Amino acid sequence: MSDHQHDHAHAHAHDHGDHAHPPHGEDAHAPVDDLDSYDPESLLMEQALRELLIEQGVFTAEDIQRQIDLTESRTPALGAQVVARAWVDPAFRAALLADARPALESAFGLDLANTPELTVLENTADLHHVVCCTLCSCYPRNILGIPPAWYKSREYRSRVVIEPRAVLREFGTELPAGREITVVDSTADMRYLVIPLRPAGTEGWDEERLAALVTRDSMVGVAQALAP
Amino acid sequence: MSALPALVSGMPVVVRTGEPLTHCRTPHYLRGKRGVVVRPLGRYPDPEALAYHKPGLPPRVLYQVEFEAAEVWGERLCEPSYRITADLFEHWLEPDAAGHRRSPA
Amino acid sequence: MTKGVHDIGGDPAGPIERAEHARTLFDQRVDAMLRLLAHPQKGYFTVDAMRRSIESLDPRDYHGLAYYERWVRAVRQLAIERGLVGAAALEQRMAAIAAAREGRS
Repeated sequence: MSDHQHDHAHAHAHDHGDHAHPPHGEDAHAPVDDLDSYDPESLLMEQALRELLIEQGVFTAEDIQRQIDLTESRTPALGAQVVARAWVDPAFRAALLADARPALESAFGLDLANTPELTVLENTADLHHVVCCTLCSCYPRNILGIPPAWYKSREYRSRVVIEPRAVLREFGTELPAGREITVVDSTADMRYLVIPLRPAGTEGWDEERLAALVTRDSMVGVAQALAP
Repeated sequence: MSALPALVSGMPVVVRTGEPLTHCRTPHYLRGKRGVVVRPLGRYPDPEALAYHKPGLPPRVLYQVEFEAAEVWGERLCEPSYRITADLFEHWLEPDAAGHRRSPA
Repeated sequence: MTKGVHDIGGDPAGPIERAEHARTLFDQRVDAMLRLLAHPQKGYFTVDAMRRSIESLDPRDYHGLAYYERWVRAVRQLAIERGLVGAAALEQRMAAIAAAREGRS
């Protein structure tokens, strides 16, 4: 499910990524899907703001496109690679848990300067972490991309801190009896990424095969990694 | 400027109960609740000043703090207990003289 | 006790809607504008200012508008606060765009 979503969003971005957007006038290529549900005022406000800020020299149309491309380049597929590497490489896992950003920069060639601090939490047979942001929508965007709508929803933000087991059940996640839960509310400058528990029956698997089991939702902690 | 964070892992703390009219990053559901420090997370400019285009300096220590769900929700709790962590700035925390040190999960 | 419109941890709420939506170009552009304006090297404003601006929406807008519709209103307010655009110039440009769209349809 998450892979499908990511592929779709990615392709969608690139439909529009191959030409510069004119600073003036309506973009004839703007996708119309879902826009009908928006307040027309919102669309006018976006275009007017963008045009005026470009005219004032605050940023350029190219800056906007580059930023969109950078944002769309970060998807749960990157997180899945990170998790798979941590599962097979104890030295990387230890470095990741100790200080995530430098470990990720050196292992995956990422530039995480000017991005929020990141902590990686490991789920175990004894303890399950589930991450949320009750105050807004803090999320490890630089590893997982833009958060899904449910993560930003009133329902998830309100409920996961007071009834995490019920919320997990809505996601189809039943934890074994006795497994403890920690709900991690990202209230400030730290972002959190979960390493799900490595599924049984994957001994000897290589990273690529393992990464296919690692869903976005398992790295937020509302799900476990897929069974092989 | 202090060299080390004043609070260390396992130290019992209580969240202040202020009602600021401004932006802040201490959720309401944790105000006045007792927890333990998991660890200091570094120093960051004060978001309550940054929100109004002020520099928020000197930076303040941010702590990850862990709470028992039973402490947070009391009689509202309807599930077996679990823990909640949140990241709270030093000026929202005070040592809990009545609390006991314990190791966070 | 007063509690911000955004500060909802523990509030009663219904089932979680899990439908996935592709981002629209509108969503992507609003997101990109915020990232550029709040970039630490540019410093037109901070993410905390953005949050404060979103939190000051009236509750009907906060809960009624889509995520990036809230964001575009917050970016608008901060761009005006920081003198990057004038409120009147923005109004005029929105009217001009609306008139041009009207003329084409």
